[in-house]
Amino acid sequence: MTTTMVMATDIVKVLGEGAGRVEALKSINLSLAGGELTLLMGPSGCGKTTLLSVLGCMLSPTTGTVEIRGRSTTGLDAEELAEVRRNHVGFVFQSYHLFPTLTAAENVRLALDVRGDHSPLSRVKAEKALATVGLSHKANAFPRGLSGGEQQRVAIARAIVGDASVILADEPTAALDSENGLAVMTVLAEIAKNPARALFIVTHDPRIISFADRILRIEDGRIVSDQRGGRIGAVRSLKYAS
Amino acid sequence: MTLILTLASRNLFHDRVRLVATVVGIVFSIVLVTVQLGVFLSFERMVTTMIDHAQADFWIVPAETKSFEGSSLLAGRERLQALSVNGVTAAIPVVVGYASWRKPNGGASTPVFVVGTPEATAGLQPWNLVEGSLRDLGVPDGVAIDQSYFDELGIAQIGERAEIDNQKARVVAVTKGIRSFTTMPDVFTSIERARTYLGVPPDEANYFIVRVAPNGDAAAVRGQLAGRLSDAEVLTPEQFRRRTRQFWLFDTGAGAALLGSAILGIIVGTIIVAQTLYSSTKDHLKEFATLRAIGSSRTYILKVILSQAFISAVIGFSIAACIDLTLVKFTADAALSIIMTPGLTLGLFVLTVVMCAIAAISAIRVVTRIDPVLVFAQ
Repeated sequence: MTTTMVMATDIVKVLGEGAGRVEALKSINLSLAGGELTLLMGPSGCGKTTLLSVLGCMLSPTTGTVEIRGRSTTGLDAEELAEVRRNHVGFVFQSYHLFPTLTAAENVRLALDVRGDHSPLSRVKAEKALATVGLSHKANAFPRGLSGGEQQRVAIARAIVGDASVILADEPTAALDSENGLAVMTVLAEIAKNPARALFIVTHDPRIISFADRILRIEDGRIVSDQRGGRIGAVRSLKYAS
Repeated sequence: MTLILTLASRNLFHDRVRLVATVVGIVFSIVLVTVQLGVFLSFERMVTTMIDHAQADFWIVPAETKSFEGSSLLAGRERLQALSVNGVTAAIPVVVGYASWRKPNGGASTPVFVVGTPEATAGLQPWNLVEGSLRDLGVPDGVAIDQSYFDELGIAQIGERAEIDNQKARVVAVTKGIRSFTTMPDVFTSIERARTYLGVPPDEANYFIVRVAPNGDAAAVRGQLAGRLSDAEVLTPEQFRRRTRQFWLFDTGAGAALLGSAILGIIVGTIIVAQTLYSSTKDHLKEFATLRAIGSSRTYILKVILSQAFISAVIGFSIAACIDLTLVKFTADAALSIIMTPGLTLGLFVLTVVMCAIAAISAIRVVTRIDPVLVFAQ
């Protein structure tokens, strides 16, 4: 039995005002289950990143509700939304967004530090997270000394170190070559097996379809298809190739 | 241990050029403030040095006297009135005034400040004597000057002669460390010679130093004394000090100018640090947006910025303190030295930290408005 980690109901998001007013999301209904890797695909400007921001509690929906592990985020102020993010949401960004002055281990530990976890155990957790992404040997390296794929894996370690309920990834392989993209997706797919965690990836990259348990397609702010199950599983064995 | 300090310090040291600009701003500001406040402190002490070294329980001063250096004359009856009060053991006359010193070998005259008291009575006598004695001031024409003014007064050694307002003077005693805050050297002499040099009639004086018996009721004595004097005031040493400080430091504008320069230094330093912290924050905006995106509170980000400000303050203050100590050493023998006290040092450190914290406000305003969605911008 799967657990619903994120539930979005009737989400509408309006951006801008007056002549620049755009309805970026239109009546989105969506739930993300633990142990599932969901891809969100669609053309540029269709609302993918806006939906990611809403699900990640960075943007509040104009109407509709978002629940993270059963807790509604409606009416929460900026600080309360930040609290939801630090306790339940992990982010992986296209440009990694690692801190150049911190080592890999410190970058990972930062996600715990902002929670107020400065204990010696936080170092152990960071080492474990780096081990999960296969970068134990790079713990003391600075981002400039890491390849793009390695930097993205450090970012993944940062996202998972706090046992987030949902990992939201924005084009995690877009800046990577095939080899590094495969390595990153392999790590993400492994992470997605955890039933206490949902993985939601926004992507343009058709190479990663084979890793998905579920694929959502969005156009003009609406989800137009929701594919899941066997058909996708059948292509999982396909080689990650450009 | 939290990563806040690590992140703040590494951000600072990552951009060394900006760090140098920040530190230079702080050092410039703090050194300027120290010099101004150090001179202010020195000035504050020097203007009351005569009052500080007088053995007085009270001072009888002409009404509306503003400072030790600038008073009119008392007729002299005040001395008798003081001595008639029960408990008063002495009323010692002090004559002060400006005169012209002519060097032994001729040349231009130098203005001096003459201080005359009875040489045999402990009232206001020269201190730190390194040559001669107080008793020597009783010899005809005897004066005491400070060794630091030898060149200015054209004196090479004790025993040499000069003229004060065309009257003979002979250096019979030498002091060390009695520096005037004005450009005029102090010249100590007997009360009689001072009256002669300054043209003060017998019995008249600028002040009377009142001494009360050890078991006397000082407050009662002062009350009785004040009641008997019409054109004079009775001041405690502290009151006289305060009045003299008020005059020289504020009424003349000298102290205000020093404080004004100090405030200017603080403002300039704050602006420089604010600019560098602001531009540093702008450069790291995506990092702060990332912090916000991964759930950090505003307080956490504020701590990072304030830590940067604090680290800058500590580095800047440390360098400034070294420069300040050097300046203190070099000016120790100057007419107006720079004084550094533990209190001033502590105060300057606090000032540096506060200055940097205020400078961080513009940077803080930027990050408090930061939108975490910025992390998705390419």
